[in-house]
Amino acid sequence: MLARFKSIVLPLTAASMVLTAVPAIAAEITGAGASFPAPIYAKWAEAYHNATSNKINYQSIGSGGGIKQITAKTVDFGASDMPLTPEHLNKDGLMQFPAVIGGEVLVINVAGIKPGEMHLTPAALADIYLGKIVKWNDKAIATLNPTLSLPDQAIAVVRRSDGSGTTFIFTNYLSKVSPEWKQKVGEGTAVQWPVGLGGKGNEGVSAFVQRIPGAIGYVEYAYAKQNKMTHTLLQNAAGNYPAPGDASFKAAAAYADWGKSAFYEILTNEPGKDSWAITGATFILMHKVQDKPAQAAEVLKFFDWSFKNGDKMAADLDYVALPDTLVKLIHTSWANIKDGSGKSVWAGK
Amino acid sequence: MAASAITKRKRNLGDFVFSNLTRAFALVTLAMLGGIVVSLVIGSWPAIRRFGLGFLWSGEWNPPMEQFGALIPIYGTLVTSLIALVIAVPVSFGIALFLTELAPPWLKRPLGIAIELLAGIPSIVYGMWGLLVFAPVFSKYVQPLMADTLGRLPVFGELFSGAPLGIGILSAGIVLAIMTIPFIASVMRDVFDVTPAMLKESAYGVGATTWEVVWNVVLPYTKVGVIGGIMLGLGRALGETMAVTFLIGNMNFFNGVSLFLPGNSIASALANEFAEAESPIYTASLIELGLILFFITFIVLSLSKLLLSRLSRQEGSKT
Repeated sequence: MLARFKSIVLPLTAASMVLTAVPAIAAEITGAGASFPAPIYAKWAEAYHNATSNKINYQSIGSGGGIKQITAKTVDFGASDMPLTPEHLNKDGLMQFPAVIGGEVLVINVAGIKPGEMHLTPAALADIYLGKIVKWNDKAIATLNPTLSLPDQAIAVVRRSDGSGTTFIFTNYLSKVSPEWKQKVGEGTAVQWPVGLGGKGNEGVSAFVQRIPGAIGYVEYAYAKQNKMTHTLLQNAAGNYPAPGDASFKAAAAYADWGKSAFYEILTNEPGKDSWAITGATFILMHKVQDKPAQAAEVLKFFDWSFKNGDKMAADLDYVALPDTLVKLIHTSWANIKDGSGKSVWAGK
Repeated sequence: MAASAITKRKRNLGDFVFSNLTRAFALVTLAMLGGIVVSLVIGSWPAIRRFGLGFLWSGEWNPPMEQFGALIPIYGTLVTSLIALVIAVPVSFGIALFLTELAPPWLKRPLGIAIELLAGIPSIVYGMWGLLVFAPVFSKYVQPLMADTLGRLPVFGELFSGAPLGIGILSAGIVLAIMTIPFIASVMRDVFDVTPAMLKESAYGVGATTWEVVWNVVLPYTKVGVIGGIMLGLGRALGETMAVTFLIGNMNFFNGVSLFLPGNSIASALANEFAEAESPIYTASLIELGLILFFITFIVLSLSKLLLSRLSRQEGSKT
């Protein structure tokens, strides 16, 4: 009887061991958060799956959602366009590292003006969004653009209506360059805009800008480029007007002091003559003490692989890959992710 | 004899099971309603405690400073729905009247089906259509015309002043009207259809015109259904999210009474801001907005019931 029982049970246990062993071979990790980097994460995940057969399941639910999900530990990693302050990170036992860089441009719809022709200073931009400059032929804009013929047309200010990391980066920039903006409006994923129309998502903003004569709005550079919108040039902290793109975003990222405090670094208004003024990194959030160290190691393996192999893919989608010095710093920071016994989950190089 | 007793008991058992099953379904609805109210109150409790009743009439909506008030979304919700009803009710009445009393039989069915199909179009489609097709035409041709005519009127003209952007409270209200017309019209048509032919024929027999028949016979006979249809439309207008989001301009700041200006509605604010609201008080304030929408709908429904009971009482006094 016993022998018979064993003969049934033993193969079963063996089978179940095989079954439990399978996920360890092809790991499946989940992440959720920011929608801005979702296309590149999806691209990386696909390439990574082809290379290693490991699966990444990323849900683009917005930065706020990503922060909530990782805090509640329902995902292996969260993603946010807005870095968390070191205090916030400590409170929830989280760590963060940047994953990819992008920039924002101001796009306009003014008859006769071509992409890259309109020059704007931070002060003029802040005054437009504060509702103090209301016409395109205002003296403040005209003196910056002596060669352009500016119409006597009302400026229709357009901005995001949904809470978004894009808005956070833009309002963070305005708060840095305009004391009045900082005091009256401030920065956040959603703010109390003094003027303007709210469009939902990048699509909503660009639909408004393309449709309403005299409109100005901020969108991600990749979006403006793919839709061939009329972008403007923005004076940076050094007083120059660099063209938006790979080079000027990289320049801004290079000036950031990443080693300082838990990667809490917003790349707006960075110094340097070639830096684009409204640049931003998007971040990955993970718990410092891991309940599931194996899963955490898989997340890090994925990003390690992507940092090594994903630069070209990022460039194809108009994102900017992280500079090598920054990747090194990130690898160092991974030593802080530990399992319950205090051992680092990241063993690789 | 024994056999009939068994079938009788069986029937009783069937009745017992059936009546309890239906009661259970009805109670589940009630429990769900209660559950929603309770969870909304719990979710919005931090905001209720912090802002109190002032939440209802504060026009401040400032996430970075964590100051929240519902006045602007409440205003936007009510005004857009009002515009929608002002347009939709007469138009729907006309459609229903035409379909039941005037249309030739060969046109009745296809037209009726077309209206029902309109009711089935997803609201996002109306939103996209409104943004990409309606708004440009509206801002280019209709709004300047309105500003030149209606805008010249004293006091009233204030409502039609300002830049013709094509996006704003008026545009949202008009698209809402287009969305609610199929609902109201199809309910009205159905209830007009159930008016006994004998009543109508008697009226025609004594020489009443079509208008007199509709106004004095059909409408009084069907008023419960007509008001029900209007309430159904109003319910849709109050809670409509996607179409309004695309068209209302999502502005949480009061710049004037003009209907050309962008505003915000409760449902639109929720759809836009919920995903990215990370601070607890922000989330709680948004949930409180949901609670307010719930109460607005509840009040509207109660008012319609009150109106109906008033009407039936008057009826009693007349006879």
